[in-house]
This record gives sequence, structure tokens and C-alpha cells, in this order.
Amino acid sequence: MSNNLDLKKGLNIPVKGAAAPEVIQTVSPDIVAVKPTDFKGLVPRLLVKEGDIVKAGSPVMADKQRPEILLTSPVSGTVQQVVRGEKRKLLAVVVKADAKQEYVDFGAKAPASAAETKDLLLKSGLWGALIQRPYGVMAGPEDTPKAIFVSSFCTAPLAADFEFTLGDSLKDIQAGIDALAKVAPVHVSVKKGSNTFAQLKNATLHTVSGPHPAGNVGVQISHIAPIMKGDLVWTLSLLHLAAIGHVINTGKLDLTRKVAVTGPAAPKTGYVQCLPGTPVKAITAADPDVRIIGGNVLTGETLGAEGYLGFFENQLTLLREGYEREWFGWAKPLRPKVYSSSWCYFSWLTPKKQYDMDTNLHGGPRAFVETKCFEDVTPMDIFPIYLIKACLAGDIEKMEKFGIYEVLPEDLALCDYVDPSKNEIQAIIQKGIDLMIKEMA
Amino acid sequence: MADEKKPGLFEKGGKLYWLHSSIDAFDTFLRVPGTVTFKGAHVRDGIDLKRVMIMVVIALVPAALFGMYNVGLQTSTLYGLDWGFWNMFWYGLLRMLPLFVVSYVVGLAIEFGSSQIRGEEVNEGYLVTGFLIPLIVPVDVPLWMLALAVAFSVIFVKEVFGGTGMNIWNPALVARAFLFFSYPSSMSGSSVWVSKTWVPALKDVDAISAATPLAIAHDGAFDAATGAVGQYSFMDMVWGFVPGSTGETSVIAILIGALILVWTGVASWKIMVSSLAGGLLVGWLGQLAGATAVPCYYQLVMGGFLFGSVFMATDPVTAAQTETGKWIYGFLVGALAVVVRLWNPGYMEGMMLAILLMNTMAPLIDHCVVSSHTSRRAKKALTA
Repeated sequence: MSNNLDLKKGLNIPVKGAAAPEVIQTVSPDIVAVKPTDFKGLVPRLLVKEGDIVKAGSPVMADKQRPEILLTSPVSGTVQQVVRGEKRKLLAVVVKADAKQEYVDFGAKAPASAAETKDLLLKSGLWGALIQRPYGVMAGPEDTPKAIFVSSFCTAPLAADFEFTLGDSLKDIQAGIDALAKVAPVHVSVKKGSNTFAQLKNATLHTVSGPHPAGNVGVQISHIAPIMKGDLVWTLSLLHLAAIGHVINTGKLDLTRKVAVTGPAAPKTGYVQCLPGTPVKAITAADPDVRIIGGNVLTGETLGAEGYLGFFENQLTLLREGYEREWFGWAKPLRPKVYSSSWCYFSWLTPKKQYDMDTNLHGGPRAFVETKCFEDVTPMDIFPIYLIKACLAGDIEKMEKFGIYEVLPEDLALCDYVDPSKNEIQAIIQKGIDLMIKEMA
Repeated sequence: MADEKKPGLFEKGGKLYWLHSSIDAFDTFLRVPGTVTFKGAHVRDGIDLKRVMIMVVIALVPAALFGMYNVGLQTSTLYGLDWGFWNMFWYGLLRMLPLFVVSYVVGLAIEFGSSQIRGEEVNEGYLVTGFLIPLIVPVDVPLWMLALAVAFSVIFVKEVFGGTGMNIWNPALVARAFLFFSYPSSMSGSSVWVSKTWVPALKDVDAISAATPLAIAHDGAFDAATGAVGQYSFMDMVWGFVPGSTGETSVIAILIGALILVWTGVASWKIMVSSLAGGLLVGWLGQLAGATAVPCYYQLVMGGFLFGSVFMATDPVTAAQTETGKWIYGFLVGALAVVVRLWNPGYMEGMMLAILLMNTMAPLIDHCVVSSHTSRRAKKALTA
């Protein structure tokens, strides 16, 4: 077990549009959406109908198989609409917010046992914040994990800075750790040189340094205690750890967060204080040819101008769609506007430059040719290319051998980025994981 | 241009849709596609396979340019003429041009046809293969033979496996091996490596020999006192003023290419270094065992050793894929090549067959590396 990780492999993508640490706006939205699609492994069952009155913390949905898992409304108000998609798939429950917020009282007291902690999480709707590894699905209430891992920093491109957004919530975070420590040992990784979160107690602290994906909890776990067959660990975001602590300290579910509005196409970058489920258009304006991504450029989902901020998201990234076609782009000696981490271009001459990136693929899909580029951005004890090929082949035994239990698509997101053959590595890994879930169930 | 033709005619449902692979190939050759990401990472690196392949071609240019000059130089020397630098270069260029044309036309035609059949985009792998083949065959090779060899290697070594990225053997080397085994008289002996002139009066001097240093050393004509192999000094071989296939002679030009490949990260320096180490070691053992009088470092500058180590063994598709595997693979390529050179009565150039053999073995090497890694991981899991 290591308490100090210095990771060398990885890549910080120099995309323009970081958010300066100041709150530029506080949004109290008219409507807020609860999206069951945010939670992997949840089959939603509706608990409310249009016109129902809810408080902040009232359940609106439950899991079909495990009815004790609840999704709760982040605001008090009236259920305005139940949004369904194809085959009546439940997409969102939209709640019209009251002017004055009322909260369900969960009782401001620290849980005395593992059972009490689990109970509080289930009731408050924060259970969904617990992600199980392997597979990256919602944790099961019956399970007891080997350990719980939290990363207190994020290295993804333009990611929100937890020191700024949660630096003043140390008391809540500590209360969250104390409650979870009743369930399993808690590990928190702290950015090397940061003092804020190094003060946390009742958890094993690990200092971590290195380029992205050093801040990914999966990468940290693979160095602290690799997940092997039969292991089960939980992870959660510092964001939700603070929310759990807030419920314990005040009895109220308050998911208000500072969301980083970032990216080269953002009209104004900075932090916006709002709730998950807030309509994107209430947070930022965008041109029609701009892609609005919930999360970062590597792993985020396209929300669109009509979308709602997701439960796990504390960042919006705005990128221009890259439809323009560049004459002889691949053959030009110099392409000052395009960044490449490969030394086949001359980006290495300008290491400090930030690039106005767009969504162009910069090439067409091909068979795998380069192999070392994947290893250079994967600071884990695995062979990415072999794992990827095992996933493509659907070979369970090989996937196990090559470490499918240790990874989620986000941990190999940089492989997507660097691949000259433009393969969709994250999609391949996700397909492999889905197959594992199906076959191992 | 190509883009204006696209709507309707070549789009799905259009009359000429079946040609879309070829049209796309020309279109994306001219302009970067306007495709945007739709899943996975939203931004992508500027690198693509076209850029990777063009880097290899650029790295080959010094060797090709020097080779053209050397073609002229060797011919001029053979006939006892003094043409001067530019005439030598022009002669070489004119001799090489048909080879490049045939190599690219035949290879690309098959590549486009196969992509059409598969309905995929045309892969740019042949940009490199087509440039390599003329550099590793005798300059006087009949063009129909070259066409046949190119067709054989592209069809049976690449396309039947699914195109670039799926092949097991290096297509350029297989083209050479095809020529070597099918038409040995055009591929070996002491008179094929220097181009005969086009001047009719000079043409019929068949008896003239222009053996490569490798062949001379093989026959034992090594002068330990001066360090010369036949009439060629060590520095002649470093500069490349010796007979041989067009690309392989100049150590300096190849090293410039190696620098480009290593700097850009396109080829693995581990394979290059370990291949040289393997060649040196076996060359040295050969000296100790009395198999040759030639010092071991001569093995690196004679024949196609360096060219093979830098440009052929490092092909990312056919080489070992794991980093540890690359060390082993490269070392065995170098070692085997010199083994063939020293302990083989008939055939003096071992590089081609050494690389092809190791291409075959590369998956096995990787398998061993990966297996030992996974069993180490499994042990770690038990103790953790």
C-alpha cells in the first residue's frame, strides 16, 4: 500500500477556457429535472404524478428491483411534467420550484452504525452517488465494500477546482467521511502540495501527483489496492461526500454546487452556483453551433441547449462543432491552431499555449496501428491494447486477465483522444463492461 | 473539387455510391474530413494515420535521395566514366522513377479495389510500403516482376488479412522475398546491384562484376590491415558509396531517417537499439568463433542491416506490441540476421528473412510478455 503516488504517464490537454475561481452568477431555476439516466444500473419506477407537491428531499423515483433506493427532488415545488422517450422510457421528472424552499427533515445527527449510514443515504436520495467498482454501476445496498475511495481533486481538462468549490465545506466532508467509515475504511487521495483536504481525519490519506488521469479515482485505486476478481469497492465524488455531510450536519438535502462553466466557446467562463437538474440555458448562453457538454471534454455527455445539468456534473464545457475542413491538414508542416501531443506536429514548441479546440475528429477511423500512445497515457499496471482487443472480441476470460475489473471508460478516456486510428476506446471498454455485467450476473 | 462532385452521385443511394471508398480517399487526401466526434472524448488529437505515414516517408527521403545519386555513381564507376554529381543523380532519378510509379500504381490500385470491396475508407499504409519497395530491390529489376511482387504482397500479405493494421508480415519485405525466391537470378549474384547503363554500346558488358561489400566479405576478401572490404573502405560504407539496393547503402542517410522516426515517436527506438545490439553481439561471437574476420561493427554498416533495423523491423503493425517485447524482438532480429550472414554458405544477406521470421514470432513474444505480466498480477492479488 502506498501513501504517496507520483504518476508520470498521462496528458494534460491544453484546451482554452479555464474558469477563474470566482462565482459569476447564482441561479435559482424555475424548473429542475431529476434524470434517472444519470444513474447506471438503475431501472426507475415513478413515485409521483404530475401535479404532486414535493419538498427538497422527497422521493420522486425508486429502483424497480431494489425499491429502497430512492431518487429525491433537489427542490420543493410541484411536479410539472414526466418526460418520456422512445418506448415510454422514463427520461426525467421536471419539478417547478417554489419561491420559498422547504426541506424534508432527515434529522441532524451522525449515524451510529453502518446500517444507519446506509439508511440515511437511501432515504435522502444520495445512495446513487455511490459507484461500485468493478463495472461502475450504482452500489448495492446489501453489499459491504472492501473500502471506499474518494479523490479530492480532478485533473480532467478544465475541471472544477474542489479547493475553490468545496474548500469551505470541510466540516461537511469530515461528517461524510465519519459516516461512511462506519461502512468500510475510507481512502482519500489528496493533490500533492495541497493543504486543504490534507486536514481530513478518520480516513487513509494518499498524496498523488501527475498529469491527467492522476486525479481519477480508478487510477488511484489501481495503485493503492488493485481490484481483482471478487473484490468490491465503492467510490464517490467529493461533491457528494460534502452533500452527505451536509445532511448529517443540518438534516437538509442541499445539493447546491458551484458549477464551472468552461471551454473555448463559453461566452463567459467562471463558476455558477446552482442545483443539479438546472436547465442548461439558465446557466449559460451558447450559439447554435456550439456543443454543450455536461462534464469535461474527455468523458462528458452532450447535453444540448435544452438539457439539464446531471446529478454527477459540476462542470459545463462549451465547444464549437468542428465542421470546417482544412486543406491538406494532415500534410501541412505547421498547424498552429491544432494541438497534437504527438511529436509529428510542432505543438511541443509551444508547451504553454492553450488551444481553441473544436469537436473535429481530425481523421478517419482505421485499424489499430500505434500501440505505445495508449500506454503513455495510461498510468495503470495494465496493457491497454490487450484489454481493448479482449473487449472487442468479447472474451470474458481475457478481459478478466487484462484488468477489466480495474477500469471504467473514464480511466482510458485519453486513449480516445490520442489514438491516430480514431477508435472509440471508451465505447469499446463500456461494451466490455456491459458484457461482464451480463455474463457474471 | 472532389467535394463538389459528392452530393447526389456519390452519396448513399446515388448512382455511383459504390465508388464512395475511392472518392472519400481523394476527398480526405485533399481536406481533413469535417467529421465531428459523436461519442467518447469530444476533442481529439491532431494526429491521424496519414500524418504518421507521411512522417515515415519523410524519414525515408534522405536515404532515397542519396540512393539515387549512388545509383548513378556506381554505374559511372563500373564503366570507368566520370559523369559528375548532377548527371549521376539524374541518372539515378530516371532509373528509380519507373520503379516508384509501378510500385504505387499497382499497389494503390489493389488497395483502392480492396477498400471498395470492403466498403471501408482507403488506408494510408501503402504510402510507406510503396515508397519502401523500390528502395530495397535491385534498380534494374524488370518492371513486370516488380508489379507481380507488389501485387502478390499487397493481396496475399495485406488485403486477405483485412488491410493495414491486420497484416502479420511487412508487405514491403514480402515483395522483396517474393522476387528473391521466384526470380533469384535477378535478385542475387554479383552483377545485379549496379544498374547497367542505357547506352547501347556499353550495355553488353555482362561479365562486369560489382559485388556488394557484404558479398565480398562473405568470400573472405577482408583486409585486416587497412580495414577495407575488397575495394571499399569502412568510410565508403558509412557514406554509402558502395553497390547495394538503392536505399540501404548510406549509413548517414539512414541515421537521419532514424532520428526523424525516433524524434516523432513513430518508430520504436527500443527495436532499433536492441537490433543493433543483437547484430553486434553475434558479429562479435562470430569473430571469436572464427566464422569471419570482419569486425562486428562492420555488420551494422554492410548490406541492408541498418535499413532493416530502422525502417522495416520497426513497422508498428508487424513488430512486437509490448514494450518489453520490443527489446526481445529487436534483439532477435539483429542476432538472427548476422547468424544467417555468418553461418550460411549460400545466402549472404540475412536481414530480410530475420525480420520476416521475427514478424511471425512477434505475437508469441508478446504472448509471453503479457502472460508473465498477468501471472505477476494474479500473485499480487493473492498477497494483497
